[in-house]
Amino acid sequence: MRTRVPLVITFITGFLIILGFWIPHDPVGDIQSTFLIWYAIINGFTMVLGIVSLVHIHTRKIISHKSGYGYSLILILSMLATLWVGLYSGIKYGDLYKIDAPFMWYYNSIFVPLSATMFSLLAFFIASAAYRAFRARTFEATLLLIAGALVMIGRVPIGDVIWHKFPVIADWIMEIPQMAAKRGILIGIALGMIVTSLRIILGIERSYLK
Amino acid sequence: MANIKRQYIYIVIALCIIVPLLTQKIMPVRVSPPVQQAYDTMAKLPPGSSILFSIDYDPSAQPELQPMLLAMLRHAFKCNQKVIMICNWPLGFPLGQDALVSCAREYNKSYGKDYVNLGYRPGVAAVIIGIGREIRDFFTSDYAGTLLDSLPMMTNVHNSNDIALLVGIEAGATGDVWVQIANARFGQKIVLGSTAVVAPDFYPYLQAKQIEGIIGGLKGAAEYETLIKHKGGGIAGMTAQSVTHIAIILFIIIGNIGYLFLRKKR
Repeated sequence: MRTRVPLVITFITGFLIILGFWIPHDPVGDIQSTFLIWYAIINGFTMVLGIVSLVHIHTRKIISHKSGYGYSLILILSMLATLWVGLYSGIKYGDLYKIDAPFMWYYNSIFVPLSATMFSLLAFFIASAAYRAFRARTFEATLLLIAGALVMIGRVPIGDVIWHKFPVIADWIMEIPQMAAKRGILIGIALGMIVTSLRIILGIERSYLK
Repeated sequence: MANIKRQYIYIVIALCIIVPLLTQKIMPVRVSPPVQQAYDTMAKLPPGSSILFSIDYDPSAQPELQPMLLAMLRHAFKCNQKVIMICNWPLGFPLGQDALVSCAREYNKSYGKDYVNLGYRPGVAAVIIGIGREIRDFFTSDYAGTLLDSLPMMTNVHNSNDIALLVGIEAGATGDVWVQIANARFGQKIVLGSTAVVAPDFYPYLQAKQIEGIIGGLKGAAEYETLIKHKGGGIAGMTAQSVTHIAIILFIIIGNIGYLFLRKKR
């Protein structure tokens, strides 16, 4: 019973959602809309669950003085500070996202630069990795290296200044060989997703019940 | 030559980025066909059309995508279009709001009449299907809680049929969901702007005419800024990006020369 009921629910909901794509008219369309609203509500609650879980794990780490508990402390304090700034801005300014509200200052001056910095570090890692890994070891590697270098030079204005054909070559690489490979990958992913979805709807794949 | 210390590489890359940004040298930007198509799609819409902007990124992609969003918003307001903004990435909402309010001020646009921000709703695919059927199923009010029907520009907007163009600014896979649902099922016209690393994923959609144009990375933003004749963060970053690309290519060449010498020795 504990296995059969979730399997039946999965089959009915999965089947109705798929049916809604071919028959968007009521009552199927309406049922699909209701299911999707439920999905959005459940999705919202996963955020609450995430916050509770995060606080729980890091509070325990701080209490038991596990290694790296200082980072957990920073995380909890930052979380509380964000909450406090958000509540204060909401109450005082009536709009959390008003451009001159403290929350927006907090977001623009702390969160944005920190996040952007983390992502920008990639430029340094990519340069170092390209120098180490982009080696003409085989014919295929050489081909990849040449194509990569041509796209890199053709996709920036200096490429056009050096030789006006660089952007044309880069566009050709992006629109013909790159797209052919990408399309093959996309078709493969789509087929894989269809098979996995069917296995779940038909109750063959049951790992999500464990 | 085959073993330059990574610290030296980091120093060179840092200089390649910092010096051009400080000297503020500007390079001419050639507009590529996918960006031109995106621009033409927006320019050809009749004035007063509703354009849905979807903020599908967060601050990590801000340096690359914010100039793009600003350029497209400026173009939309310049053409007297109505802007509806939603957000599928919760942490990106303030970025969208910031850009929307500052551009609206530049063009003297008023909230509710010329632009609205509906905010974030969880469940990407569900939200996209909801917009295709009836936007009020998911957005009964804007981000501040004002009912949609009390906002003048929203009274006649119910679903995809009332939205002339969707502009998705993407740092991940949400653009795929827009194409697979909003375009394939509801026939929504779409233009996608994305980080350079995500842009290649969208080329098959462009060739299949499922989207109208692609604006890829900071270069795409610079191209769009060139088209609307407004110098912003995209154009400002082009010299730094050009010099850095050249530096990386030089490092690759040096690495390979070193590798060939080592192989000959062995």
